[in-house]
Amino acid sequence: MIDMSPNLTLVVVIGVLFAAGTYLVLERSLTRVLVGVAMLSNGANLLILVAGGAAGGPPLIGVTPEGEMSDPLPQALVLTAIVITLGLTAFLLAMAYRSWQLHRHDEVQDDVEDRRIARLAARDERAFEDTDTEGDGETLAEEAAIARDETDRGGPGSGAVDHGPAQDDEDSTAGVTR
Amino acid sequence: MTTDWTWLVPLPVVLPLSAAGLTLALARRPRLQRIVTVVALSLVLVVSAGLLVLADGGPVVVDVGGWAAPVGIDLVADRLSALMLTVSSAVTLCVLLYSLAQGQQDGESGAPVSIYHPTYLVLSAGVANAFLSGDLFNIYVGFEILLAASYVLISLSGTGERIRAGTVYVVVSILSSILFLVAIGAVYAATGTLNLAQLALRLPEVDPGVRLVLQVALLLAFGIKAAVFPLSAWLPDSYPTAPAPVTAVFAGLLTKVGVYAIIRTQSLLFPEGRVDEVLMVLALATMLVGILGAVAQDDVKRLLSFTLVSHIGYMVFGIALGTETGWTAAIYYVVHHITVQTALFLVVGLVERYGGTTSLDRLGGLAKLAPVLAVLFFVPAMNLAGIPPLSGFLGKVGLLEAGVAVGTPLAYALVVGSVVTSLLTLYALVKAWNKAFWQTPPEELPRTRVPATMAVPAGALVAVGVALTVFAGPLYSYTERAAETLIERTPYVEAVLPDGRRGLGESADVAETDDEPGSDDAVEVDP
Repeated sequence: MIDMSPNLTLVVVIGVLFAAGTYLVLERSLTRVLVGVAMLSNGANLLILVAGGAAGGPPLIGVTPEGEMSDPLPQALVLTAIVITLGLTAFLLAMAYRSWQLHRHDEVQDDVEDRRIARLAARDERAFEDTDTEGDGETLAEEAAIARDETDRGGPGSGAVDHGPAQDDEDSTAGVTR
Repeated sequence: MTTDWTWLVPLPVVLPLSAAGLTLALARRPRLQRIVTVVALSLVLVVSAGLLVLADGGPVVVDVGGWAAPVGIDLVADRLSALMLTVSSAVTLCVLLYSLAQGQQDGESGAPVSIYHPTYLVLSAGVANAFLSGDLFNIYVGFEILLAASYVLISLSGTGERIRAGTVYVVVSILSSILFLVAIGAVYAATGTLNLAQLALRLPEVDPGVRLVLQVALLLAFGIKAAVFPLSAWLPDSYPTAPAPVTAVFAGLLTKVGVYAIIRTQSLLFPEGRVDEVLMVLALATMLVGILGAVAQDDVKRLLSFTLVSHIGYMVFGIALGTETGWTAAIYYVVHHITVQTALFLVVGLVERYGGTTSLDRLGGLAKLAPVLAVLFFVPAMNLAGIPPLSGFLGKVGLLEAGVAVGTPLAYALVVGSVVTSLLTLYALVKAWNKAFWQTPPEELPRTRVPATMAVPAGALVAVGVALTVFAGPLYSYTERAAETLIERTPYVEAVLPDGRRGLGESADVAETDDEPGSDDAVEVDP
C-alpha cells in the first residue's frame, strides 16, 4: 500500500497560494488579477499532485517495485493543466495590454449598461417613452427630483445616453424600471 | 451490434480540430477556408445524426488509442450526449452560414475570416469533446478548448467595449475552470479515478460527507458555466457585446454544456440527489431573478441574455426533481432552448443590421417595414415564452407535470414560479415586440438591406424550432429513453467497463495478471 498521507509543506503552500490568489483576484487591476489567477491555478495543480499521494520511484515495471511507484496520472493531469494555464495567462496578458492601449489603464470596469438601468431605477424613471401610454407626468417628475441619484450631475433624465426628455407618466402599467 | 460504427464517435471532435488546422494553414485563401469549414461542420452534423440513431441501441464507446477505459480515455455517445451533439452541430452549422454571409457583406474588416474560422471550428470541437467525454478530466479539457476559443471570439477585433466585457468573461471563466480543477483533484484523492463509469462504481464506497463535498464542488464549477443564479451575473454583461453570430452560438451552446455536465454528473455520479432541494431553490431564484432582469432592460440583446439566464432555471428545475419525468423534461427543454435562443439572437442580429441598433428606444415600425423579419422574430419569441402549441410550451408542460408528480411544497413553489416566469417572459418579449415592431420609430431607421443569405440560416433555425414542435412526439420519447438510461446508470457503466473492471483495449491483459496495479489503486485508503 502506498503512503497516502500528504506532504505538510505542500499543503501549507497550497493554502498560501489559494489565500494570496483569492486576494489578488478581487483587485480591480487586471495585472493583479492575472497574478492571482496564476497563483490559484498553481495551487490547484499542487492540490492534484498531492492527491496522487507521496512521491515514489518512476512508474516503470521492472525498474521500481510496485509498492514504491509514484502515481503518474496526477502528473500527467498537472502537465496538461499547466499548458492550458500558460496559454490563458498569455491571453489575459494580451487583454491587459490591449486595455492599457485603449484606456491607459487595465482596470476591470463595471457593466455600464447595468449601472444606467440601476440609475434609472433609482430615479424611478422609465427606460423609454411609450407613445401609446403618454400621461401628464407631474407626480413622477416630482418623485424623480427627490430620488435623484447623487452620482448623476445633470437633472433628471440627462444621465442616460440615449433616451428622450423625462416626460414621465404615472401610468401604472408601465412598471418597467421598478 | 455497434462494433462496426464505433469509429464514428471521435469524428465530431477530430473533424473540426483538423479542419481548424487546415483553415489556419489556408489563412490567405478565405474562399478555401470557408469551404473547409462548411464541409467539416456539415460532416459533423451527419456523423452526429448517425450517432443519434446508433446510441438508441445502447451507448457507443471508444477507448481512445486502444487503451482500456479506466486507464485510457474513453469517449461515450449515449442517448443524451448524441442528442446534445446533434442539436449543437445543427446550430453551429446554421450560425456558421449566417456569419459567412455577414462576413461577405462586411468584408474582411467586419469579421476577420482568417481568425474567425479556425476559432469557430475549435469551439465546436470543444463542445463535442465535452459532450462525448467519459472522463472527468477530459470534460475539463473539452471545457478549456471551447472556452479558449470563446475568449478569442468574444474579444474579436478588440474594441474597447469588447475588451471590457471580455475581461469579465475571461476572468470568471478561468476561475470556474480552476474550481473545476480543484474538484477534479478532490475527486481523484477520494476515489483514485476520474473515469465517469468507474467513479459511478466507486463513489458509493466513499464517505457520504466527502461525497457531498465532491458533489457541491463539481456543481459550483458547472454552475458558473451554466449561469445558475448566484453565479450568473457575468453572462448578461459579456454576451451582448460580441458580434451577433458569436452571441448566438454562445447563448445556444456554452451554457448548455454546463447544464449537460450537471445532468451527467448528477445522474451518473450522485444519484441519491442529496442537494436536490438546494438546486430547487436555486432554480426558482434563477428563473425569477433572470426574468426580472429581462423586464428591466431596454436593449433587445441584453433582454435576451437575461431570458437566457432565467430559462436555465427551468433546466435546473427538471434536474433537481430527480425523477424520470423530470430528467425527460429537462433534456427536452435543453434541446428546445438551444435552438430557440440561438434563433432569437440571430434574428436580433438581423434587426440590428436593418435598424442600425438594438435599443428598444430607437427601433420601431419594423412589422410594416420588414414583415419577414417580424415573422422570424415572432415565432421563436412566442416559442420561448411557451405559447401553445410550440415546443417551449411542451417542455414547460413536461416540467410542470413532473413537478406536480413530485408534489412536495417546494416542487409546487417551483411549478408556480415557472408559470410566473413564463408569463413575465411573455411580457418582456411582447414589450420588445411592441416597441420594435409596432410602435412608430422616434426617428427614421437607416433600413439597411438585409441580405437573403443571412436571413435564410436564421429562418432555417426558426424552422428547426418549429420542427421540434411538429416532431415533438418522437423527440420526447427519445428524451424519455435518454432519461431512462440516466436513471438506470448500468447501461452506461457496462458499456464502458464490460467486465466491471476494464474497458476493451490494450491494458486489459496487464489488469488481469496484475490484480492491483500501482497507478489506480491508491484508493481504498481514503475515508
